[in-house]
Amino acid sequence: MSGRIRLNWGFLFFFLPVALWLLLLIVLPHAELLRLSFTSSRPGGFTLQNYMAFFSEPIYWLTFVRTAFYSVIVTFLVMVIALPVAFYITKVARVRAGGFLMVLILVPFWVSELIRVYGWIILLRESGVINRLFTSIGLFSQPIEMLYNDVTMIMGLVYTSMLFMVVPIVGVMDALDDSLIEAAYDLGASKTAIWRTIIIPHCMPGMVSGGIIVFMLVLGSYLTPNLMGGKNSLWFTEQIYNQIILYFNWNQGAAFGFLLLLLSSLIIWIALKVTGQNLGEVVK
Amino acid sequence: MPFALSVHGLTKKFGNFTAVENISFDVEDGKFFSILGPSGCGKTTLLRMIAGFYRQDGGTILFNGEDMSSVPPNRRPVNLVFQNLALFPMMNVFENVAFGLRRRGEKGSGVARKVNDMLERVGLPDSGEKQISQLSGGQKQRIAIARCLVLDPAVLLLDEPLGALDAKLREHMKVELKTLQANVGTTFVYITHDQSEAMVMSDTVAVMNKGTFEQTGSPQELYHRPRSSFVAQFVGNNNRFLIVPSRDDGGAPAGLYAGRFSFILDDACRSLQDGIPCEMFVRPEAMVIEPGSDTPGFNRMPVQVRAVLFDGGNSRLLVIPEGTEDEIVVMLPQTGLYDHIRAGDRIMVGWDPGISLCFAGNGGKPYDER
Repeated sequence: MSGRIRLNWGFLFFFLPVALWLLLLIVLPHAELLRLSFTSSRPGGFTLQNYMAFFSEPIYWLTFVRTAFYSVIVTFLVMVIALPVAFYITKVARVRAGGFLMVLILVPFWVSELIRVYGWIILLRESGVINRLFTSIGLFSQPIEMLYNDVTMIMGLVYTSMLFMVVPIVGVMDALDDSLIEAAYDLGASKTAIWRTIIIPHCMPGMVSGGIIVFMLVLGSYLTPNLMGGKNSLWFTEQIYNQIILYFNWNQGAAFGFLLLLLSSLIIWIALKVTGQNLGEVVK
Repeated sequence: MPFALSVHGLTKKFGNFTAVENISFDVEDGKFFSILGPSGCGKTTLLRMIAGFYRQDGGTILFNGEDMSSVPPNRRPVNLVFQNLALFPMMNVFENVAFGLRRRGEKGSGVARKVNDMLERVGLPDSGEKQISQLSGGQKQRIAIARCLVLDPAVLLLDEPLGALDAKLREHMKVELKTLQANVGTTFVYITHDQSEAMVMSDTVAVMNKGTFEQTGSPQELYHRPRSSFVAQFVGNNNRFLIVPSRDDGGAPAGLYAGRFSFILDDACRSLQDGIPCEMFVRPEAMVIEPGSDTPGFNRMPVQVRAVLFDGGNSRLLVIPEGTEDEIVVMLPQTGLYDHIRAGDRIMVGWDPGISLCFAGNGGKPYDER
């Protein structure tokens, strides 16, 4: 009897903070946002007008589709770059050099995202380092605006999320036995065949978990698209910000927030189905 | 007819360290060739050069008479069975065996037929759908070999594939591997540090030490006529005596052991220089316990029994020649004749001088398998 009580206390001790955290920071705000998204700023009951506005105003849903599309592209690009980087760190570089390279990837993340983005701006703006260098050596006849377009924004997003893909892939690739690669090579496989049949299938769980993290980070990022994409490259998070902060329209902002949540859940679900992974395995 | 594998003057250096030094050998088609050596002797380096994973610093490698010294591993007609087998866990058994065929661009029913034939050949039909983790150690072994043999290589290289198995299964696999090789007729090059594996399976064994081949020959040759002290110690068991050679009254070679026993030496030891210490070897199985006094020309030596090592048909006595610290191993035949011997007993052991071997120089430290 007393044993059971003690067990319950122990369980409560660890469970309570988690439960409170989930309830106060996740469930309650979302419940409130959900309620807000179905009400109007004017007095009145249940309404779908916030969701209707999303579909009737092309700028909203076009930004939404753009955001989703670019997030998928960024995730894919990060994966394509991270795979050879992780391969180099785990299989090519010597053990100590590999550790040093990991630190190199980690170091930029000691600085806040804001500072990193300003770093890019200093490099790329019209009066920036690159423009001055290229005009002084005569490569450009006049400075070129390299900021505030889609390509720069995608580059910035790839840069800021690289770490979150490299780390999980390094984790799984480290566990890949070198002799499997050698065995495939010995059995006649070309380098592309080794990547396709051995390395990528082995790294799939790490790639999918890295992909989920990067995709969610990119989809929900605000700073990088705002500062590097500017007015020409709208991101859906900016629409939410505008609704809530500029127009004080919490109801519209809440509806957009829920649409974004729905979108990320849907795309991750599709990605898991396509790659044949399940969420439980991947988050391990 | 060209040799399945010919190696000429192969050398590999890592920095200042020469792992493989000027090795040459030929392997006839369809033979089982073993490279036997202690760990660190360079045998794995040699194997990896033949497979193509290391680029040699000198020498050539020929398969069926064709120089393939600079061909990458995926285009050499040779396959390697890895020490840890390296089966692909992301594929089932069928796909593992079909892997090489698919890389060659073979498709459809031809692949299925070859794979199923091969699985049947290694005694695992109907296991194609199994995952690698569902196989036992011996089955994995067979799949790893099947995966290579299905490609019909000129030479199959095996890198101590029995190392990970338990003793009982290893004994079984030795026989199985030998039978399999005889059936498929593929040339096997097998590397191992286990002399028993090499002896049981091979047509020819090369004993390797410090990057070079000490001796190449049939297992019987290596056992009966080792050409160096290292081979004498590494192949089979041997007792080593440090002796000082001299001549007896008739001019026949003799040796003084531990300053107190004078042994008659084999006539082949005639070339030894008097007075310069050398090594003499007598195998435990050549030692006779309590030799009758009616056998003239026998070497005899009083010893004290330190321990009786009972191991069925492989039972031995650990004895110490009187007045020395050396340990000598003597085979203990299980005929019931010697059951009375206990630790601490004083007995006589003897041997026919004809079966003892001598090598000049004291060879430094004796080779220690541990």
